[in-house]
Amino acid sequence: MTQILLRQDHTGQCLSFGQYCDAGGFEALRTALGGMSPNDVQQAVIDSGLRGRGGAGFPTGKKWSFVPRNLPGPRYLICNCDEMEPGTYKDRVLLEQNPHILIEGMALTCYALGVEHAFIFVRRGYEQAAANLRTAIGAAKQAGFLGSDILGSGFSLQLDIHQSAGRYICGEETALINALEGIRANPRVKPPFPAVKGLWGQPTVVNNVETLANIPAIIAHGPTWWKGLAATPEAAGTKLFCISGHVRNTECFELPLGTPLGKIIDGPCGGMRPGSTFKACIPGGASTPYFTREHWGVAMDFDPVAKAGSRLGTGGIIVFDQNTCMVAATLNLTRFYARESCGWCTPCREGLPFLVHTLEKIEQGLGTESDPDILREHVHALNYAFCALAPGAMGPVEGLLRLFEDELREHITKGRCPFGD
Amino acid sequence: MIPEQLAYDLQQRVKDAVTHREAAIDVLKELQRHYGWLTDEALAEAAQLLGLSTLQVEELATFYEMIYRRPVGRTVIHACDSISCWSMGGEPLLRHLEKILEVETGSTTADNAITLLPCSCLGNCGDAPALMIGEHLYGRVTPERAVAIIEQLRLGMPTKTTS
Ligand SMILES: Cc1cc2nc3c(=O)[nH]c(=O)nc-3n(C[C@H](O)[C@H](O)[C@H](O)COP(=O)(O)O)c2cc1C
Ligand code: FES
Repeated sequence: MTQILLRQDHTGQCLSFGQYCDAGGFEALRTALGGMSPNDVQQAVIDSGLRGRGGAGFPTGKKWSFVPRNLPGPRYLICNCDEMEPGTYKDRVLLEQNPHILIEGMALTCYALGVEHAFIFVRRGYEQAAANLRTAIGAAKQAGFLGSDILGSGFSLQLDIHQSAGRYICGEETALINALEGIRANPRVKPPFPAVKGLWGQPTVVNNVETLANIPAIIAHGPTWWKGLAATPEAAGTKLFCISGHVRNTECFELPLGTPLGKIIDGPCGGMRPGSTFKACIPGGASTPYFTREHWGVAMDFDPVAKAGSRLGTGGIIVFDQNTCMVAATLNLTRFYARESCGWCTPCREGLPFLVHTLEKIEQGLGTESDPDILREHVHALNYAFCALAPGAMGPVEGLLRLFEDELREHITKGRCPFGD
Repeated sequence: MIPEQLAYDLQQRVKDAVTHREAAIDVLKELQRHYGWLTDEALAEAAQLLGLSTLQVEELATFYEMIYRRPVGRTVIHACDSISCWSMGGEPLLRHLEKILEVETGSTTADNAITLLPCSCLGNCGDAPALMIGEHLYGRVTPERAVAIIEQLRLGMPTKTTS
């Protein structure tokens, strides 16, 4: 099994710049600047089939191709390291181990897009990741991989870090752009999409940390090799799966994209922890509908997970055992979204607290027969929110209604939570 | 009033930014570091440094989880209450913290030493339940470890971040 992203030195510490270079680091950048046109780099990424690792799975090369190259003024690249979706910590692990691969990936991306100024947007709490990045940027600059006229190619790049102050909505790409500009981070209307009109009104690409960290391997080894790292012919590349909840090993693993769910849990996760049996999991971060035992064989890749009724999302798998009340879990998730709603649009600002109230009632045994329908109406209505936060919040609620309706109704008919409190 | 050196550093940060506002969060964080929380005085100073109105700065200051617009103790403990931590005993841990600190979540100990706040996912979900104290992430915090961490905090000693 090949890992291209997660690499530590032998003591488990962050890889040094020298260690990264000794292992072939920055060779892809040399190759690209030495003999590939920006368009060649973009074509390789298109051919690789790389899809965004930030949650939506949008094809990366295609996103890049939307950027107009003929508008006056600068273009920007922003690396999205907001990573605040509960159950997701892969970008932190990656940056604590190997910040250099992101820098090389960003340099390659900027070369492909004709970007000379890029930002890494880092969430609050990732101080170690930010410190690693700062050291890595310094080393790369000194070695001539950043700054002006990189490796004598005429291509220049300034790379800056923006450290945020904690708010989930900042991960939404247009809210992120506002945050970076120092404006209250409400989302912007789309279209225009950031690729055309983004940071300071200029064409801007926003990509996730893991997405960008995959670029060096695509350029160094070629798109065909990279694509072949996946577990199925339809999938492409590896994926960071970060695991939490009731399994033995709650760690971040780099696995072939398309590895079946059951193989992940029984394999690297070491199975359930003693005393626990599998009841359900969240397959891809807090905004994705639940999976149950019937989804054990689903290939963890974008399309198969979507076909099975959920989303691959961020790859954050949260596992629940037999003692977990799914109403209580959904209440916890909905509280998160209600708190993190930026308050900009009415369905999200008003709808989420009302859902919290309804779920609280049910969990306390005070639910009524009409409550499941109220939940169902909201799952539908919150799709009309201004941005994707509220629809994301409806993932678990929709899953609860579809997969655990009996458990939900039991709360109402018995007038109490069957799991106690 | 902020010390001259800090004022100078912040002016430099603002000057180097693409637009003044781009430096806003850095400026707010530094002022918060100086005052302990973002006082009205700090807000006005930030507005002046950034060339914004105090209302524009207030719009930012009230938006973020880690900017405090009310007084906090010398140390703030953020306890994650999101799903992975919840599944691993985050709620009992928070109740335990309330008990040993003798405060309710959202308030500060009588000696002004520690404020206890709930927070959203800290990105430490594999090591749940998680806390953030100052700039450090703590993982796998059992009730016993919580006692040890707080004892050490009270003595002003460095604490171990993982078990
Ligand atoms: C509420 C919300 C929060 C998001 N948070 C993140 C995040 O923390 N990191 C991230 O990469 N993408 C996040 N996204 C997705 C981004 O909007 C965007 O699609 C992504 O950064 C694009 O990168 P990719 O194409 O490389 O996946 C979020 C979206 C929404 C609606
Ligand atoms: S859910 Fe607590 S750290 Fe992520």
